[in-house]
Amino acid sequence: MSDQSESTGGLTFDKSKRNWPNELNVFGALILIVIIFEILGAIFMGQSLLFDTNDRFDSIFNEARLRIIIIQVAIIGILALGVTQVIITAGIDLSSGSVVGATAMIAMSFAQVAEVNGGPNPKAIFGPAFLDLPVFIPVIVGICVGLIAGCINGLLVAYSRIPPFIATLGMMLFARGVAQWWSLGNPVSFPTEGYAKIGAGMMPVIIFLSLAVLFHLIMNYTVYGKHTYAIGSNEAAARMSGINVPRHLMLVYMIAGGLAGLAAVILTSKNLTAQSGMGLSYELEAIAMAVIGGVSLFGGRGSIIGTVIGALIIGVITSGFTFLRLGAFYQEMVLGCIIVGAVALDQYQQKRASARA
Amino acid sequence: MSDIILETKGLTKHYGGVHALEDANFTLKRGEHVAIMGDNGAGKSTFVRQITGVEQRTRGTVVFDGDEVNFAGPLDAREAGIETVFQTLALADDLNVPDNLFLGREKTKFDWLGPFRLLDYKSMREDTMAGLVKTGVKIPNIKNTIANMSGGQRQCVAIARTATFASKLTIMDEPTAALGVQETAQVENIIRTLKEQGESLILVSHNMRQVFDLVDRIIVFRRGRMVANLRKEDTNGEDVVAYITGAKTGAEFEGAA
Repeated sequence: MSDQSESTGGLTFDKSKRNWPNELNVFGALILIVIIFEILGAIFMGQSLLFDTNDRFDSIFNEARLRIIIIQVAIIGILALGVTQVIITAGIDLSSGSVVGATAMIAMSFAQVAEVNGGPNPKAIFGPAFLDLPVFIPVIVGICVGLIAGCINGLLVAYSRIPPFIATLGMMLFARGVAQWWSLGNPVSFPTEGYAKIGAGMMPVIIFLSLAVLFHLIMNYTVYGKHTYAIGSNEAAARMSGINVPRHLMLVYMIAGGLAGLAAVILTSKNLTAQSGMGLSYELEAIAMAVIGGVSLFGGRGSIIGTVIGALIIGVITSGFTFLRLGAFYQEMVLGCIIVGAVALDQYQQKRASARA
Repeated sequence: MSDIILETKGLTKHYGGVHALEDANFTLKRGEHVAIMGDNGAGKSTFVRQITGVEQRTRGTVVFDGDEVNFAGPLDAREAGIETVFQTLALADDLNVPDNLFLGREKTKFDWLGPFRLLDYKSMREDTMAGLVKTGVKIPNIKNTIANMSGGQRQCVAIARTATFASKLTIMDEPTAALGVQETAQVENIIRTLKEQGESLILVSHNMRQVFDLVDRIIVFRRGRMVANLRKEDTNGEDVVAYITGAKTGAEFEGAA
């Protein structure tokens, strides 16, 4: 495409003034954070965070640490993909963590084995008819529970005009209650072999990155994506243009719920057990990933790529603090500052951009 | 094909006890540009809203392009070929020009994918370029988001929808009210281009100079009623003001207000 075909009336535009993609800023921040940890590591620990200084691996990277960084953010990252879409519509989803908890309990109940060490499964929730089920059943149950939770969120937000913050706050408390009520606080354990494979090893990462690619394409190349941005950008204009805004919002919240259900399946598979406290505060971490990744809480702006980089930033910081043998409390303090800083920077850039126009 | 594009007979709108529009009989010929003037609350916008289906009329009939129509909403009207440029711009700031032009009626591929059908960016971009060139709208870069554009450029984008979608009638509700001198001139040039292309237009405006520059005929509303139907050649600014303020009422409308 030449410049000529993008402008009309003989006007030309200065290419250098073209908008610098926000994802590059976020990526720059990621690189900066890595460099800071590398310097601190070299000074205080005498070793590198990401690079293989002891020649333990074939490549120049410390593969073990890279793997840890991405595994620990993969499951919450899956939540963040859904939360990103919700925030782009100028909404918020506070319920994703609790939906993970409720879904974990329910899905795991359909994934239990009949026999443990020669005796009956001591944690069995249902009778023998529901034990040793094929693996697709708990997966589908999990995703469906998530979809239902998302559907209720969507109904409340889109049709009753309850603010998303309140609607999903209600769902957050409700779903956590369901998680505790399901087995009266007891853990649900002993999944079938097939179920245990879903979240084993690098599987969470593979699923997370595949979904990220899928939703990146959906958000950029489909009507769904375009309408999601349009609603977040100017809901009245979207409605006047003939977009069925309530139906679209339903779909967005359902996708977020479905992703939370899937994340719960992967999480329980990885841990081989489900507990009612699972997914506690995941919703906040998922929102943090999106916000650090440049998704605007006012809607209309942000991207899946940004959120994935945001997830990596959180992963690097978490790993970096462990690497420097600093307590988790420092890590939370720093994360808090980074979130506020990210939003402040975004606001500043917005103000500058609108002043220029 | 009749040469009358729009006709209203006895168009009336009551909001509860408030008679916002009373018995408006109006005709618009194909390719004609008509201005609607009047004081605040005279019924100009109410009149427009009944035609575009934003509101449902209390009484009366609307004949558009030879058929009696009952638009359930603005979308129906748009599909029938009436493009409206609203006072408040109906644009999504974070989207670029083609995205905004085609919002809600995107060109797509693989439609069996339902909401996930693919956008045909190339085709939408080409149509956008054609529409902008046709209207003479100057936009430095159509891939820029609306948020990065000036008020005049935004208004031009809103107007360019008309040309892109080969509409039969364009309605503009005070398109230059919020614009500076240069930007107003830009919008007025586009309106002239539309005139040359034979596009029918209803222009709601407070700006006397603009009205005399651009249109063929002036309709004046006062207190919910049409009080004058003046050909531009037969009138002048002073005369129109007299009708707007109530000092004069058109002969055929005597007794109406």
